Amino acid sequence: MKGKTVTRADLSEAVYQEVGLSRNESAELVDSVLEEISMALTKGESVKISSFGSFLVRMKGERVGRNPKTGEEVPIKPRRVLVFRASHVLKDRVNKGASS
Amino acid sequence: MTKSELILRIGALNPHLYHRDVERIVTTIFEEITNALARRDRVELRGFGAFSVKERDARKGRNPRTGETVAVEEKVVPFFKTGKELRDRLNGRSDVPGTGGDGNTLTSAASGDAGLHKESGNPGGN
Repeated sequence: MKGKTVTRADLSEAVYQEVGLSRNESAELVDSVLEEISMALTKGESVKISSFGSFLVRMKGERVGRNPKTGEEVPIKPRRVLVFRASHVLKDRVNKGASS
Repeated sequence: MTKSELILRIGALNPHLYHRDVERIVTTIFEEITNALARRDRVELRGFGAFSVKERDARKGRNPRTGETVAVEEKVVPFFKTGKELRDRLNGRSDVPGTGGDGNTLTSAASGDAGLHKESGNPGGN
């Protein structure tokens, strides 16, 4: 089971199995959940999903970077980055391994 | 935004669904991701990002209060890498918060002055 990659299609399938909706609608719901999260983050809001984790938007200041290939100095503009902090529940689940 | 607020928004977009079902849908999504990570699988959500686990070796730690040495066992930690599309949306060129999300803010090939963001050497970028 190791090394498999789970995609949107698998999430849609899980929603399809769980709730009595069509496959199409299940897929749309998965998309809209991800889209709502993205929109909140884009507005600078953080998103906290209990027993899963939080997505936080951090501001990074300007700094001087370097092109690793040429060694040339390049300014890196201030930017916003997204950080994910896993909740304890998720960390514990991951460490206990596949129990479901 | 919290999970319950997320559920409310999805419910508002789908007035034909029962609140209870919207709740199950949102819960199922995060449950699936959690289960996948517990199996040490990777979860790749294009345009959003990828969840994976990273293994950390056992190490000797220290109790910061007493200075005592303690053994820390090896463990796995969840990890998230933001997808390219979302990263670009977070930095929508105008930098004005709140302008994102109109589906038109993808600045992927931003006018050529953004130098570094060109993203070389990341074929896995999603």
